[in-house]
Amino acid sequence: MSAAVQAPSSIGVGALIGHVATGELDVTHGVVLYLEDITVSFDGFRALNRLSLAIDVGELRCVIGPNGAGKTTMMDVITGKTRPEAGRAFFGQTIDLARLSEAEIAHAGIGRKFQKPTIFEHLTVFENLELAMKADKRVRTTLFARLAAAERDRIAETLRLIRLDAAAARVAGALSHGQKQWLEIGMLLVQEPKLLLLDEPVAGMSDEETERTAELILSLAGRHSIVVVEHDMAFIAKIARRLTVLHEGAVLAEGPLADVQNDPRVIEVYLGR
Amino acid sequence: MAPVAATLARLYGLKGWLALGAAAAMLFVVFPVLSLAVPESSAFHVSQYWVTLGGKIMCYAIVAVAMDLIWGYAGILSLGHGLFFALGGYAMGMYLMRQIGREGQYQADLPDFMVFLDWKELPWQWWNSDQFWWCALLAVAMPGLLAFVFGYLAFRSRVKGVYFSIITQALTFAAMLLFFRNATGFGGNNGFTDFKRILGFAITTPGTRIALFAATGAVLIATLLLGRFIVTSKLGRVLTAIRDAEARVAFCGYNTLHYKLFVWTLSAVLCGIAGALYVPQVGIINPSEMSPANSIEIAIWVAVGGRGTLVGPILGAGLVNGGKSFFTQAFPEYWLYVLGLLFILVTLFLPRGVVGLLTRRRGAG
Repeated sequence: MSAAVQAPSSIGVGALIGHVATGELDVTHGVVLYLEDITVSFDGFRALNRLSLAIDVGELRCVIGPNGAGKTTMMDVITGKTRPEAGRAFFGQTIDLARLSEAEIAHAGIGRKFQKPTIFEHLTVFENLELAMKADKRVRTTLFARLAAAERDRIAETLRLIRLDAAAARVAGALSHGQKQWLEIGMLLVQEPKLLLLDEPVAGMSDEETERTAELILSLAGRHSIVVVEHDMAFIAKIARRLTVLHEGAVLAEGPLADVQNDPRVIEVYLGR
Repeated sequence: MAPVAATLARLYGLKGWLALGAAAAMLFVVFPVLSLAVPESSAFHVSQYWVTLGGKIMCYAIVAVAMDLIWGYAGILSLGHGLFFALGGYAMGMYLMRQIGREGQYQADLPDFMVFLDWKELPWQWWNSDQFWWCALLAVAMPGLLAFVFGYLAFRSRVKGVYFSIITQALTFAAMLLFFRNATGFGGNNGFTDFKRILGFAITTPGTRIALFAATGAVLIATLLLGRFIVTSKLGRVLTAIRDAEARVAFCGYNTLHYKLFVWTLSAVLCGIAGALYVPQVGIINPSEMSPANSIEIAIWVAVGGRGTLVGPILGAGLVNGGKSFFTQAFPEYWLYVLGLLFILVTLFLPRGVVGLLTRRRGAG
């Protein structure tokens, strides 16, 4: 599975700057994520084929595509799990994602929610958020850590946002599947990510939970830049503003929901299978 | 002073502190008075046998609390904790051997076993061993250092679960074989015994015995409070989270290697201190303390008492060892069967141990 390839030797000026300044996210040009001509192959199969994509600050972008279109591989490239063979991936103007490890990327401000919710089952909802919250996470500071009032407020605010304020003292393992998904989104939010990647956030949810998740994601848009990958078209229809359709590792169509839905190429890919 | 009060309230509620105070009064006042001041003819007199047994069980209880920190909270089952206990015991044993002076069988400067082996001088590992402070330091440093190096290598290689347990078991077994050898310099299979004095005081007098008993009680209470401080801190919650979903903890930005290494090394150090207190009271240390079965028994104390409760393992150590003292005198052949049966019953019917039976609190899920 390893598609790890060294960064190309002829790196651009941007990459050089990126190497120098990895600390702060620079979004002066209004773009938070920039992928250009990304190519990834697994044993000859091109999972991503010169994929280019730009996400604006505060944007809510939905990405759809048939199975094997490269949605998860794209997420893997952004979070550093998979290295691209060619192309460039930038976080803001200066941070070259191809040069950072997974942990460094998480630290730089990209949070990813995986399909299957993973939370700390034996801790309370409140404690789950407390542990996830942005802080100095070394052993000694953690041993003597006390929650400041501002941090309590931040947790309380997040609890309201994910609609778990009434369940704050409950053991997380006792939550419903949908609530666990929300808690995990909350755990990402308290890490204060600049960019949130949500991989199938409504998988396995009831209709009502799906509805409430849509409201939650819409309420986050604007404050965070969000990329949602989803199969569920009904859900996409509720939240999508701009939609990107992936097909065979590249962007097939991109634009407002209505335009994309009427695009004959999109209709062919989805109906012609 | 407000933060101190808040911390005290975090450790235990009023009832908990009162219970702890009552336990301290028993250990530091009632027991010494009944043992030293009440005449032997009285029905209330506590004999040497009970003082020694109580002190011994409290040493085991310290080990049980240390085991609970690493197993009950961080989810790492060590089957080699007997090794750290024995290392602490050997460190203290070296000092006690040197305190014998010329009162041994051979009336020589060297410990008896060295005279017997025809050694002319102390081997290098006995350097400075006539100093109490040095041996006390060794009792802490040797288990700590070994645990740190072993833990670093194992955790860095992401050795987990049953594989980690098996390696710890192998480690203590290997150490036992090493200590069985005379050439290792620690008395071979006989180990150390026939101690005469500690810090200049005769070791078998009632006063010294009670002093050792009280010191062990103080260390046990301190260990319990330290354990409570850790598990009620954010670090304690990180440990629980590591037990439940280690990958997620790493994804939250915690370096789980450091956390596991911290609690693992601390646990080993506590075992070393317990071992150092055990040897002067029991009067012997030999390589059988490192036998794999001993380490497995530690896990049984914790399971019987209740994992992840701290107080439970203390009860477990008391119940199992109290039972052991009774059975090995009354029905010596049956003790191992009873122990095995106990472990099976607890695993099947009392997943939260005795404490889980007594309290029905949060955490059943």
